[in-house]
Amino acid sequence: MTTDTVYQPKTKTGRIADFVDQRTGASGMVKEFGRKIFPDHWSFMFGEVALYTFVILLISGTFLTLFFDPSMAHTTYDGSYNPLKGIGMSVAYHTSLDISFDVRGGLFMRQVHHWSALLFVASVSVHMLRVFFTGAFRKPRELNWVVGSTLLVLAMAAGFTGYSLPDDLLSGNGLRIIDGIIKAIPVVGTYISAFLFGGEFPGTAIIGRLYMLHIMLVPALILLMVAVHLFMVVVHKHTQWSGPGRTEENVVGFPVGPVYAAKAGGFFFIVFGVVAAISAFFTINPIWNYGPYDPSPVSAGTQPDWYIGWADGALRLMPGQLWDFSFDWIIPFPWGDNLLAMGVLVPAVVLVALLGGMFVWPWVERWITKDDREHHLLDRPRNAPFRTAVGVAGVVFYCVLWAAASSDLIATHFHVALNDVTYWLRALFFLGPILGFIIARRIALALQRKDRDIVLHGREAGIIEMSPEGAFTERHEQVDEYKLYKLTAFESPEVLPAQADRAGHVTRSEKLRGSVSKFFFEDRVAPVTKSELEEARSHHGHHAVEGHDDKELEQ
Amino acid sequence: MGDHSHGSPQESGTVAKAQDDSLDKIQDPGLPPHRARLTDTDPRAAKRAERQVAILFAISMIGTVLFFVGYFAVGHPESIAEIRLQNMLLGSGTAFAMLGIGVGIVHWARTLMPDHEIAESRHEVRTEEGRQEAEEIVNTIVDESGISRRPLIRNSLIGALALAPLPGIVILRDLDLTKASASEIVDRLRHTMWDKGVRLTRDPSGTPIKASDVQIGSAFHVIPDGLNETEDPLNEKAKAVVLLMRLNPEDLNVSPEREDWHHDGIVAYSKICTHVGCPVALYEQHTHHLLCPCHQSTFDLTQECEVIFGPAAHALPQLPITVDADGFLVAQSDFHEPVGPGYWERP
Ligand code: HEM
Ligand code: FES
Repeated sequence: MTTDTVYQPKTKTGRIADFVDQRTGASGMVKEFGRKIFPDHWSFMFGEVALYTFVILLISGTFLTLFFDPSMAHTTYDGSYNPLKGIGMSVAYHTSLDISFDVRGGLFMRQVHHWSALLFVASVSVHMLRVFFTGAFRKPRELNWVVGSTLLVLAMAAGFTGYSLPDDLLSGNGLRIIDGIIKAIPVVGTYISAFLFGGEFPGTAIIGRLYMLHIMLVPALILLMVAVHLFMVVVHKHTQWSGPGRTEENVVGFPVGPVYAAKAGGFFFIVFGVVAAISAFFTINPIWNYGPYDPSPVSAGTQPDWYIGWADGALRLMPGQLWDFSFDWIIPFPWGDNLLAMGVLVPAVVLVALLGGMFVWPWVERWITKDDREHHLLDRPRNAPFRTAVGVAGVVFYCVLWAAASSDLIATHFHVALNDVTYWLRALFFLGPILGFIIARRIALALQRKDRDIVLHGREAGIIEMSPEGAFTERHEQVDEYKLYKLTAFESPEVLPAQADRAGHVTRSEKLRGSVSKFFFEDRVAPVTKSELEEARSHHGHHAVEGHDDKELEQ
Repeated sequence: MGDHSHGSPQESGTVAKAQDDSLDKIQDPGLPPHRARLTDTDPRAAKRAERQVAILFAISMIGTVLFFVGYFAVGHPESIAEIRLQNMLLGSGTAFAMLGIGVGIVHWARTLMPDHEIAESRHEVRTEEGRQEAEEIVNTIVDESGISRRPLIRNSLIGALALAPLPGIVILRDLDLTKASASEIVDRLRHTMWDKGVRLTRDPSGTPIKASDVQIGSAFHVIPDGLNETEDPLNEKAKAVVLLMRLNPEDLNVSPEREDWHHDGIVAYSKICTHVGCPVALYEQHTHHLLCPCHQSTFDLTQECEVIFGPAAHALPQLPITVDADGFLVAQSDFHEPVGPGYWERP
């Protein structure tokens, strides 16, 4: 292809750039991305942490593969860790010990890998909470929420498969629990277990299979999902907080080059540095203390990695028997009796339901509000009390399960009976989310009222004045117009009662929607309007700075 | 004042009625004016920031050197203490190397790069025009392929596509490397190494146990004799491990069909938790409770290991035992029911 005006680069870099550009059209990319605007806020950082810890996982994991051998063949330890000398173990465990003791920097890399895994799942989770509580999942971003939820599941899968690789006592016990859960699956569980383990538990196949999942399939899926995720972020452009100058039609922030790229790029090194510092000083997963896997021993008080805790807690909370009633249900079929292990199935269903609820929430909310508009401005959590309350209920639920995973540690630490801890947690399992919902909603509404108060009467200046009559009042200062706008630029959805369809019928699901809407939006606080503000100001007009007399707001 | 509710506490939630009138909204004053930083106005401050950034980059270089010190000066560690030291040096070296660069760049961006906020407009994710064009293209494609005009092709294609992936599923059948048939897969869960006359031996040494060795209140972790000589000792062990304890015979509530399963108060129970399969490793002597450390299922030894707390849903299976001519404890038979967690075919 020839160009009319032949461009002659003058510098060497220019020539290279031109060479590449003529063959890839990279200048189009630069045009598109070079000065793209990204809004900046500390809460937008968690997604970045997730991305960076994933990169660190790829780097450290690749190093580990150079020395790790996923074989379950039997061998005898001859490495340099004396307490285990002469002990029989699998090659996988042997090489994990070698990485720790006989490869310089191997222990460091194992710790970097494990710490960044913990941080990876944590940052994905916090990132999701940010997206949820600010309403960033609303149209047009619902599908990206689903991609993100998938990433959370994949992150947990990556962590669990990795945790199992060293074939130490803890990881083997974790696998055994998985085997027990799989066997509970009706009809096919027994076979899935046999297929997964290549025969009976533990067999000699599982580590190799998990290895394939851990270093290839799951990371590849994560990579794919991350690519889709980021692509959609570019398509949608980032959301932003509402505030002066920020509208649904624009995006305000810093250009990618140089500021945003510098901050984000620099942040990668900071995350890496923090992970390295933690790995330098805090031991994680000291597999040499646990010994090789053996189906007989198990140590009390051991914990799974934090992101598995909620599942473990759900398993613990479910009673296997209530009085004489067993949750192993024997179901008579024409061909004979079969067993439904409800003690395992119920918790599994609860977990799947919680995850499923996460996936579909954007559609639930859209159904309730009938809101089909695009949203690029974020809600402050207080300004969406119903959503915030639902989120808090979910978080409380998760935390109860998480606490349940440590019920034995709670019991020994606080010197209470283990059974009592479990009974309390069982009660909290039901009550906790409800209380969380109510309290969070009340707090959100109260904060909204406080915002109204600030808009109408100004901010407490921290100065107490005594009037001639001897009454004490606190001086209030008017907030500036930017702050005023920030505190009033939100929507407060109203109850949307059930509506008749074209034929004049109110369907049953519409009735349900109507009552859910009533439940969620009955209590609401609307933003202060201009006329309200003018009225308030003229009321106190003679003072630039005024006293506090809005008792009616404080019921 | 306005129209907040002045009502009772019950309705305190409804503070104000929304006014849809958008004219009544408080107006957007637009982006606040840019505030200059010290480094924007004072060249000396800018110079200072420049030096700070360079110092941070220098710290990074020192960190990398520290890493090499840890790697080469410590060499191949000989003791746990040396490993600790090496790990610390490598870790802090890397931390400084990374943080130096990271903090340096961010500091540079915050102090010296322009901090003017810029507004950019959003575009529709989808334009109506684009949608129409795409629709036409799709219609053309569908039309040219003729797929809607020729249902025979369409339907037979659907049939072929539905069948073609099935081999991909069937080929996974040999994931179970033992070539076991479907009924063998189910059946082998019912059997363990225990059999009539198999001696109970200590785990892991494999030495047999005399009835007289078992004191009241003591507990033994037991494996069947010959376990370590089998082909897959771990597989066998995963099913066959047993806990052996001796109680006062009066403390045992024995059901009629199990009258002779214990020997003089010595009882043997499967160690595999019936919840999801952890080893039930803890024996509380004074209460005669067995506790699973994984999810705290508790089994009552005096009640034939019925579940008294926790998520397990059925009792631990008992191994019928007796003594042989030499006074060693032996099994009378295999377990009478499958050990471990419940599964579909268990009853
Ligand atoms: C995608 C996210 C990933 C997560 C959450 C993750 C998590 C983990 C965890 C928790 C362990 C146990 C570490 C220990 O304490 O020994 C582990 C081990 C391992 N991981 Fe990953 N990993 C991820 C990606 C990768 C990748 C991409 C690779 C390779 C390219 C990899 C290679 C390995 C290897 C070889 C081990 C065994 C090392 C040992 O046991 O010493 N991982 N992983
Ligand atoms: S495995 Fe024993 S209680 Fe869960």
